[in-house]
Amino acid sequence: MSGNGLTYSEQGGEAAPELAQEAAPTVTPSTPAAFGLFSSDTKKNEDLKQMLESSKDSAKLDAMKRIVGMIAKGKNASELFPAVVKNVASKNIEIKKLVYVYLMRYAEEQQDLALLSISTFQRALKDPNQLIRASALRVLSSIRVPIIVPIMMLAIKEASSDLSPYVRKNAAHAIQKLYSLDPDQKEMLIEVIEKLLKDRSTLVAGSVVMAFEEVCPDRIDLIHKNYRKLCNLLVDVEEWGQVVIIHMLTRYARTQFVSPWKSRRFLEDNALKHENNFYESDEEQKEKDQKLKTTYTMDPDHRLLLRNTKPLLQSRNAAVVMAVAQLYWHLAPKSEAGIVSKSLVRLLRSNREVQYIVLQNIATMSIQRKGMFEPYLKSFYVRSTDPTMIKTLKLEILTNLANEANISTLLREFQTYVKSQDKQFAAATIQAIGRCATNITEVTDTCLNGLVCLLSNRDEIVVAESVVVIKKLLQTQPAHHGEIIKHMAKLLDNITVPVARASILWLIGEYCERVPKIAPDVLRKTAKSFTNEDDLVKLQILNLGAKLYLTNSKQTKLLTQYVLNLGKYDQSYDIRDRTRFIRQLIVPNEKSGALSKYAKKIFLAQKPAPLLESPFKDRDHFQLGTLSHTLNSRATGYLELSDWPEVAPDPSVRNVDVAESAKEWTGILGKPKKEKPTEKFYSESEEEEDESASTSSSGKCLESTAFSLPGKLCLQNCLVHK
Amino acid sequence: MLPARGAGPAGEAREELSGGGACVESTFGGFAPAQPGAAAAMIHSLFLINASGDIFLEKHWKSVVSRSVCDYFFEAQERASEAENVPPVIPTPHHYLLSVYRHKIFFVAVIQSEVPPLFVIEFLHRVVDTFQDYFGVCSEVIIKDNVVVVYEVLEEMLDNGFPLATESNILKELIKPPTILRTVVNTITGSTNVGDQLPTGQLSVVPWRRTGVKYTNNEAYFDVIEEIDAIIDKSGSTITAEIQGVIDACVKLTGMPDLTLSFMNPRLLDDVSFHPCVRFKRWESERILSFIPPDGNFRLLSYHVSAQNLVAIPVYVKHNISFRDGSSLGRFEITVGPKQTMGKTVEGVMVTSQMPKSVLNMTLTPSQGTHVFDPVTKLLSWDVGKINPQKLPSLKGSVSLQAGTSKPDENPTINLQFKIQQLAISGLKVNRLDMYGEKYKPFKGIKYMTKAGKFQVRT
Repeated sequence: MSGNGLTYSEQGGEAAPELAQEAAPTVTPSTPAAFGLFSSDTKKNEDLKQMLESSKDSAKLDAMKRIVGMIAKGKNASELFPAVVKNVASKNIEIKKLVYVYLMRYAEEQQDLALLSISTFQRALKDPNQLIRASALRVLSSIRVPIIVPIMMLAIKEASSDLSPYVRKNAAHAIQKLYSLDPDQKEMLIEVIEKLLKDRSTLVAGSVVMAFEEVCPDRIDLIHKNYRKLCNLLVDVEEWGQVVIIHMLTRYARTQFVSPWKSRRFLEDNALKHENNFYESDEEQKEKDQKLKTTYTMDPDHRLLLRNTKPLLQSRNAAVVMAVAQLYWHLAPKSEAGIVSKSLVRLLRSNREVQYIVLQNIATMSIQRKGMFEPYLKSFYVRSTDPTMIKTLKLEILTNLANEANISTLLREFQTYVKSQDKQFAAATIQAIGRCATNITEVTDTCLNGLVCLLSNRDEIVVAESVVVIKKLLQTQPAHHGEIIKHMAKLLDNITVPVARASILWLIGEYCERVPKIAPDVLRKTAKSFTNEDDLVKLQILNLGAKLYLTNSKQTKLLTQYVLNLGKYDQSYDIRDRTRFIRQLIVPNEKSGALSKYAKKIFLAQKPAPLLESPFKDRDHFQLGTLSHTLNSRATGYLELSDWPEVAPDPSVRNVDVAESAKEWTGILGKPKKEKPTEKFYSESEEEEDESASTSSSGKCLESTAFSLPGKLCLQNCLVHK
Repeated sequence: MLPARGAGPAGEAREELSGGGACVESTFGGFAPAQPGAAAAMIHSLFLINASGDIFLEKHWKSVVSRSVCDYFFEAQERASEAENVPPVIPTPHHYLLSVYRHKIFFVAVIQSEVPPLFVIEFLHRVVDTFQDYFGVCSEVIIKDNVVVVYEVLEEMLDNGFPLATESNILKELIKPPTILRTVVNTITGSTNVGDQLPTGQLSVVPWRRTGVKYTNNEAYFDVIEEIDAIIDKSGSTITAEIQGVIDACVKLTGMPDLTLSFMNPRLLDDVSFHPCVRFKRWESERILSFIPPDGNFRLLSYHVSAQNLVAIPVYVKHNISFRDGSSLGRFEITVGPKQTMGKTVEGVMVTSQMPKSVLNMTLTPSQGTHVFDPVTKLLSWDVGKINPQKLPSLKGSVSLQAGTSKPDENPTINLQFKIQQLAISGLKVNRLDMYGEKYKPFKGIKYMTKAGKFQVRT
């Protein structure tokens, strides 16, 4: 609260000389503390009202500043509405802006009064200055008052054919606002969107696509005619617009083009066939190959998209880079997707939040296509200063990238991690080692030995995690690991972490026939400590008892019955339940059903080894780079990426009549400039596209014709500038 | 009307939450919006939260979202042991909270529907950068003091949750940053911070540069700054090393200059990213940076020199840290020395190391500089200063461990910071800088510097 008091007192102090000059009696510098206190709220508002009604701009401004301060703190300033709204037509720009801020915040709550301000905006919409028109539209559309929907609609329609692209951009923004205020306007708004999509200004493109995505993302037909234009404008659109357009085009492309991945599969199939019918002559084979290769040719429009997004990998904006990366992942032939890795790895130098999102996406990618990130293995090495969540993600990726060639290096690296002071991370490393061990059979034994060494570690979390992982590993090949099981049985005396104890007991029970001498003794010991154990452990003791009773009832009959009796009176109903169940199964009496005959089969069935899988497996059924991917669950408003169509829809829908478009364009420009109205902006031929991309990204180059750029470039620049 | 948070004791709101805790777990997929339009908008609201968990600023771009939504954030904050472990994306039943943590402030954006998370995160970082640019530093006090300017800036940066003006050049034209002089002048004359000219830059084809720039001294300075990221293992061999470089520019040139910057050895640059002003194609074809600069300070280029190229490591650390079993004393000794420095002095050397929890205290004597050991955080830092190759700086002494505990498993990692002036360790050299489009002769300057980035030595 003191900081807050300070703020106000300072502002008050700043205002003091002015006010003193004007002899405003309401605020005196001697009561600054009052500003920050609740008690004087009503009184203070009286002050503010008077200040707002004063004839001096400086007093009004000061009052507005304090009101904005209140809004920022989340305090209620709504009762000042009538006093504030009067100043909406103020000549002073700053007062006006602050009034706008106020209006956008409170208009929704005070709808009737808000209407008083509308006429001011309506007038401003006709102002000769484009910036004033734009800002009027912006505020008008931000006042969420349902009554003015028709006025807004009209204003948007008018603004969408404004000569100024900046006003048109604001019209595109207003579309979304109106839509969220009144979804019934959808049809009319789609018409405006359709019109604005045809717009050729880079200023408008991002905003209108945003509006499209929110109002009518399913109207893919609106995109056809604008597809090539959007691809070509992309480099010059502002960075935020680029992200939105790239995501939209990704969805579009998945509905319009055939899969570039299939061809590969065909070839592989083919290769297999070749091996089978090897008496086909080479000639024939070649012919066949040829034929299959030609079955897939990429649609030039598909290629256009890939080509025009590639330079954006060099953007400074992480969101743009990620957007391109996901586009390549979902659209590019598998052989080309690799070009995005370098840029993604570059993003890892960025802030922790960016790293977090990028690493998640890399984790998903690295499962399916190891090759993409193998060259950058060392970029994922963990530093002791990384936050835990970054460490675990890096570890995940390292595990995904592990293969026969790099596993020894990786294991050495993991050894350092296991010793980390961050125990949560050390535990995650042990899990990772377990996964490497199951995935790469050559190192299973090495890993297992390493983990067994860890069993003598001092840190209990490390030991417990090792036990759990060893248990999983042993399940995959229990035959020759009697020694390890014995070792673990010894551990039981010291280890206290419940999960680990439970794991050990389960192991001994499961493989009790391999350690016939130790198992009954373990049961004896745990029967003694039964009452003090964790529920998890109690369940496993019961299991162990049951299994021993079935295999070695001579030695363990009494012990098991003792344990079952303890379980019968346990506090936890889970345990009582389990006890009852086990007793009925293993100790047959007249009431027990037919099942008890199969008790041995039930308890000592061959159990499938657990699969150690990455949590990122198959996560790419969500489009990469989306919120849903990050959360691994469908977010509100997530738009599904469709599967590639079997047969591509008619590509000619994207053809644009050049003459018509040229005419339209010159129409916007006013009079056509000399003889090359189409060439300068964008045209269909490829070479031109590249050229114009270069000049415009480049070159937003202004009037300066003085410098020595190539002649053509210059000329284009002048024209672009006009 | 007013939510209890912020004013009331921190406990209250959090208590309330535990009831709602179950909601966090529940799937939010089921909460379909009542009407299709309701989900629209990218960034709904922004909350600024300080280290002690007070919301000190809120801004809404659409209908007001109650600040109680931040309770989910506080819950996550409590679960995470450290601020930097708070997940950047937190789902709540009706909203998603995306946050960045900088300058000890959480910037929490509230969104309602699917949006690329990096879009929001990148934008939030841009907001912080803008504040920093405006006020010099970005802190709670500064933001509170300049709340009106902050509000005006935020208003311009987003329209309906979609970024509108994020270029600092444009913003500064719209809303002038406060300076001491201007504050005084404003107080006396009653003039304002809001630019009285209209922001023409927003309309131009060079949206990053304001128009009508005038200087009496025309100058363009470029700083080539390289950071070495490295992990060095116990024996002193390099596990991984790479160079991250940037070229930061300060350009104060009249009019609309068009600059080209060329390098002696552009092949070194393995991977680059540009300020939007740089022409992609020119770089692709000629390896020349051609651009119309924004006015003032900006980052022209970032680049990466990959681990595949041999990265020179300019310093080495000799260390001998040992703990013995059964003894409560350990030995600690480190020496820092120069290596591959191309004849330049290594300065600004700073050694930090996180000691194991069982370390009680350290008794150390440095041969130069000052050292501090914080017994609470167990962080040792040693401000070494310059390295004199004739007399290598060292820090020696003993470590006392908590009695009765066994020796720590791991020796602490040593983090190193240093600076080398007038050297770009990758060997990158600027060839020449030319200006077109304006008549005057600017003053041009270039500076090189090498720094340690994330430089770790494992012991």
